[in-house]
Amino acid sequence: MPRSFSRDDVRAIARLARLELSEAELELFARQLTGILEYADQVRDVDTAGVAGVSAAGTGAPMRDDEVQPSIPRDDILRQAPGTAGSGFFKVPRVLS
Amino acid sequence: MYESVIGLEIHAQLLTQSKIFCGCSTRTGDPPNTHVCPVCLGLPGALPVLNRRAVELAAQAAIALGCTIHPTSVFARKNYFYPDLPKGYQISQYDRPLATGGSLQIATGGLAREIGLIRVHLEEDAGKSLHEGFPDSDRFARVDFNRSGVPLIEIVSRPELHSAAEAAEFFSRLRSILVAIGASDGNMEEGSLRCDANVSVRPGGATAMGVKTEIKNLNSFRYVQRALEFELERQTAVLEDGGRVIHETRLWDPAANRTHPMRSKEAADDYRYFPEPDLPPLRIEDAWIERLRASLPELPDARRRRFVASYGLPEYDAGVLTASPALASYFEATAAAAGNAKAASNWIMGELLGLLNERGIGIERAPIAPSALADLIRLVDSGTISGPTAKAVFAAMYTSGRGARAIVDAEGLARVDDEALIARTVAGVLAANERAVRQYHEGKRQTFGFLVGQVMTAMQGRANTEIVNRLVRRALEEGPA
Ligand SMILES: [Zn+2]
Repeated sequence: MPRSFSRDDVRAIARLARLELSEAELELFARQLTGILEYADQVRDVDTAGVAGVSAAGTGAPMRDDEVQPSIPRDDILRQAPGTAGSGFFKVPRVLS
Repeated sequence: MYESVIGLEIHAQLLTQSKIFCGCSTRTGDPPNTHVCPVCLGLPGALPVLNRRAVELAAQAAIALGCTIHPTSVFARKNYFYPDLPKGYQISQYDRPLATGGSLQIATGGLAREIGLIRVHLEEDAGKSLHEGFPDSDRFARVDFNRSGVPLIEIVSRPELHSAAEAAEFFSRLRSILVAIGASDGNMEEGSLRCDANVSVRPGGATAMGVKTEIKNLNSFRYVQRALEFELERQTAVLEDGGRVIHETRLWDPAANRTHPMRSKEAADDYRYFPEPDLPPLRIEDAWIERLRASLPELPDARRRRFVASYGLPEYDAGVLTASPALASYFEATAAAAGNAKAASNWIMGELLGLLNERGIGIERAPIAPSALADLIRLVDSGTISGPTAKAVFAAMYTSGRGARAIVDAEGLARVDDEALIARTVAGVLAANERAVRQYHEGKRQTFGFLVGQVMTAMQGRANTEIVNRLVRRALEEGPA
């Protein structure tokens, strides 16, 4: 893991997130993300020898029975969409060139 | 000489009623976007709740494949943007999958080999994008989210397959197992079972792997074989010309019988996996695994071995009959009711599968029930009807759905054992075939068979062949020289 975020790192992350950032924003976020990394370094310095790792608390994922529940009426769902095709589909800009 | 190195990634839809993280139905063939809710549409604030049955089916598949199931596995977000992925990420498993290891035995060219597995993990399916077929398809795509959130397992093999035929065999064996244990319906046309392949070639004897391509869209055994044959040949030609293989994703085009590039992977995909914060780790206790193991049905391999051992069937027949659980059960029911396994196997592999395959019908919808086929076999075994008659009765059963006994009685097809009647027919046939009789007495013994055939024809194939043989021989020997 890099010790700091460069503007190029931020640019690459922004591209993956489909965000367009100005030069000033690249600078700002590089500084702020580096601050977060520094905090993570502090946490890493804590002595955790003998402590088991956890990624979530509790006894494991609760599970449900395999039973079909009513779905949402299609018209209600499609009304929320910016584009529909009138035939029950969501309509989006073409993705293949 | 180049060596082929192939690894397969297989996605199978698990046979649940509801989706993996919500209660929407998994039924296929319904109008678009009729099985959707805030969870599978990725609406803000919606939370996934894991379907226990999906976990059970995935674990049973892993057990059947000899994998190690991990007491704790972790769901992870695989982040990428595509219109059919409403959340902007797919819930999958990454560094802590449900199961690892395991293997699958394949046999090609009479040689059995164990192919190692890397992992089996749980994930959700994406929706479906329609890119073509509408007047405005040049500008818009359509999305149906009925598939979004349908439970899948991904099974990844080690790169230990060395030919297109081996890859097709692996895919086929894996499908048989998933279908046999009821984890998946294995329907490739509807997309319940999909296969991608990682393919590379390297000079014979080399240990380093060549640059690989990933082939998508291999949704039948035949496509796996043809696509890999094409791709292996293509890569070999590139290397022999002194070129280099480009690391890329390629799509199999069955119509053109070739693969073509989809996108280059020179810059590795960056999915930024991280643990799914909305789902605690999946914990599977040993006792649960043991219960699932105990409830597994007999696997195809074991069933095949049992067919050979307890019914005395040849390896080949046992292999054909255990290709699907439904077919194997059909055979067992028929064999039990008829009390004659060999005859049951012959009828099923010959007449029945012949007609079903010709008409594209699965054994589940065969118009003749196992008990009905067994009735026919018993009529033959008891000598009530002759072999040729049985074939005609079978054809009538298939088209009319009537029972063997009813057809035999109604059409008067029962075997004729009446010696007096047969003797009269023999006398008539001999009288009408003086030349053949003379040739017989001149030493041309093969005319005997011809005369027997004439008698059988005259009696519509219903005469007891033993009696016919005996009476024809006696008439010839006793008759005038
Ligand atoms: Zn849903």
